[in-house]
Amino acid sequence: MSKKLLLANDHIPGINTLEVYRQHGGYKALEKALKSMKPDDIVEEVKKSGLRGRGGAGFPTGMKWSFLAKPEGVPRYLVCNADESEPGTFKDRYLMERIPHLLIEGMIVSSYALGANTSYIYVRGEYFYIIKILQKAIKEAYAAGLLGKNILGSGYDLDLYVQPGGGAYICGEETALLESLEGKRGNPRIKPPFPAVAGLWGCPTVVNNVETIAAVVPIVNISGDEYAKIGIGKSTGTKLISASGHINKPGVYEIELGVPVEEFIYSDEYCGGIRNGKKLKAVVAGGSSVPILPTELILKTAKGEPRLMSYESLGDGGFATGTMLGSGGFIVMDEDTSVVKNLFTFARFYHHESCGQCSPCREGTGWMEKILQKFIDGKATMSDIDLLWDVQSKIEGKTICPLGEAAAWPVAAAIRHFRHEFEEYVNRPESIHDVKHYFRLNNIEEA
Amino acid sequence: MAKVTIDDITIEVPDGTTILQAARMIDEQHGTNIAPPTMCYYSKLKTTGGYCRTCIVSVTQGSEKDPRPMPKPVASCRTTVMDGMVVRNNTSPELLEARAGVVEFLLINHPLDCPVCDQAGECHLQDLGYENGKEATRYEFPRREFEPIDIGDKIKLHMNRCILCYRCVKTCEQITDGRVHGVINRGDHAEISTYIEKAIDNDFSGNVIDVCPVGALTDRTFRFKSRVWFTNPVDAHRDCPTCSGKVRLWMKGKDVLRVTARKDRWGEVEEFICNTCRFDKKDVTDWRIEGPSKISHHSVISQNHNELRQVQLGVRKQLQQWDGHKYGLGEGALDPNNQ
Ligand SMILES: Cc1cc2nc3c(=O)[nH]c(=O)nc-3n(C[C@H](O)[C@H](O)[C@H](O)COP(=O)(O)O)c2cc1C
Ligand code: SF4
Ligand code: SF4
Ligand code: FES
Repeated sequence: MSKKLLLANDHIPGINTLEVYRQHGGYKALEKALKSMKPDDIVEEVKKSGLRGRGGAGFPTGMKWSFLAKPEGVPRYLVCNADESEPGTFKDRYLMERIPHLLIEGMIVSSYALGANTSYIYVRGEYFYIIKILQKAIKEAYAAGLLGKNILGSGYDLDLYVQPGGGAYICGEETALLESLEGKRGNPRIKPPFPAVAGLWGCPTVVNNVETIAAVVPIVNISGDEYAKIGIGKSTGTKLISASGHINKPGVYEIELGVPVEEFIYSDEYCGGIRNGKKLKAVVAGGSSVPILPTELILKTAKGEPRLMSYESLGDGGFATGTMLGSGGFIVMDEDTSVVKNLFTFARFYHHESCGQCSPCREGTGWMEKILQKFIDGKATMSDIDLLWDVQSKIEGKTICPLGEAAAWPVAAAIRHFRHEFEEYVNRPESIHDVKHYFRLNNIEEA
Repeated sequence: MAKVTIDDITIEVPDGTTILQAARMIDEQHGTNIAPPTMCYYSKLKTTGGYCRTCIVSVTQGSEKDPRPMPKPVASCRTTVMDGMVVRNNTSPELLEARAGVVEFLLINHPLDCPVCDQAGECHLQDLGYENGKEATRYEFPRREFEPIDIGDKIKLHMNRCILCYRCVKTCEQITDGRVHGVINRGDHAEISTYIEKAIDNDFSGNVIDVCPVGALTDRTFRFKSRVWFTNPVDAHRDCPTCSGKVRLWMKGKDVLRVTARKDRWGEVEEFICNTCRFDKKDVTDWRIEGPSKISHHSVISQNHNELRQVQLGVRKQLQQWDGHKYGLGEGALDPNNQ
């Protein structure tokens, strides 16, 4: 059994209530923090822990916190990003649904560390039932003196609000989130300035993912040094993985970073292998935005080393032969999956979700979808493959926010690793219904 | 002060200057032509820029202290210079290729209806297409379509032509009172709209026409009166209680066909003007004429005869791609000489 720091108690009945959560060690980190630690001590522990942002980019959390500007007389804010809308990612939902108090405790400890007296949890609008769960838990926390004025007699005050999201994937981008929280259209802001200097209502703000904030609780409990011993290299601690697709046991798993990908897919502790005894074709390892990898590259790196579930190992080889851990949305595809069809679904999503501010993303996402539609309809030509490649390359790196890249990367990776599949659809349009050609073309034995 | 080198020309500028501003300063001092094209930045309005991405440049040296190049092209209108920064614009083929990509994106959904567009001849997208674009389009799908909308009785919105530069939105936010003009919807179905299609009824609302780089917002009192290159621009002023009263009249013979603000060499208005001057003072006797306008922007209206012909040829070329019959126009209606 691997180490569990966040979901150790998720199976306990009633763990969503304050009473049961406290019976199992809940709010110990808060007591410890308020009674025996100064705010900067907590920032220091988070730095030592090596915790990296769990929202997708993997930026070191302690460093992000230390960048927070602290001008006199200006309020600071902590905002929790619970907008979770990346296709394939559903870990934050699970955590908030099962153990809402873990997030709330993390919010209070982190707000104390950052000197924020007002904090927000911005929850994806479609998660309406989770909004209710959180509101109930916050009410319990206020009643128990864990929120509000003079928390646990420490003199520290905090108000915590839940804000339902605006119903757009782009509102998960941190500056679009802040715009939306301010009651405006959720357009990403042009940076600089960064939120650490001018965030919510122009005040210094930290935006962190649900899982990142929840991880602060075990860090305070066991210390940053102990946390850093878990995991591998610079990928410290544990990570929630949302596993979906053609596997026997889809679901949310807490893994110690460094578990081999092969073990994660095939072991009964995690995904339990490919459904119906089929073969593995490809994996999108970190949510829909990250490059897809074929079997041979997801199980082993280009150097032939076993690929591990860690930031470094998944990134090994750059985009030529590697991918990213991203948000931990692990999408598994078996031999019957059409990479092109799957890519079309992603392309439709990004086209639909582009905010439309910058020309390459606004126009390019729709164009890519239309070209991919031609492949699905059996009307594509060879030059469409090159055109698709060129369009994605003209979006990448030329946009305001990373959504443009998130739309371009999957297209680039699909062409890079599965070009023959595109070609097959041009040469034999009927083969869109017969996807086993991938194995034939690669001389892999038929199942 | 910061020393910055753009396309091998070095200039010293105050801290906080953007790369774009520095490039414009070089052009003004040296008579060069290195400033990147802009479609959304507007120096007279706050928080503009960053959207269209036509002004991208490549930073090959970040600064004296940290000489690493920037990994991606940056929007020059939104990036401030650092001491020792080295920038490439026209001297980087990769950058020009990337910009051609941006131009292509701006054009794929554009209706190319220049033959019936009032902006033709002073349209920044036309200029951009000629100077930075590619010959042929690779886009083979239907273009997005919206119905034209009247924004009150003076302004027409052709959303088909809009490039979502947000200039009109910022104009309404910053120089008119009451926020009734903005963007609705998302992505490539986003559109400029006024609150329940309400007229923007405001002393300064007409300025959205001048800031619009394309023919999306046009003056209904001028519509189809003439091609802009058949009019003569003259500078004029009047004693106006609301604005500076300093305008540009677009004359044909003795008739004032249109009144606009005066624009500088970057195609930006010098001073915003009020709606009374713009829409209601269409008689020469309303104005004191100063003399012919100096138009230094590169639009067709400032070109010499030969270049003008080129542009007309360009319009014809576009015309061949464009189906006038769909708009119920008869034979010959699209000939730019047929006014
Ligand atoms: C289009 C887009 C959508 C995003 N959606 C989310 C999201 O739903 N949840 C999230 O935590 N981060 C999301 N992010 C990343 C955030 O911008 C930000 O990096 C993150 O919230 C920082 O938190 P962390 O440092 O704890 O990871 C998104 C980014 C982009 C560009
Ligand atoms: S990259 Fe796309 S989503 Fe991001 S700001 Fe530009 S148009 Fe909006
Ligand atoms: S209507 Fe004109 S000014 Fe307004 S966003 Fe569109 S192109 Fe820009
Ligand atoms: S002018 Fe700089 S991005 Fe549009």
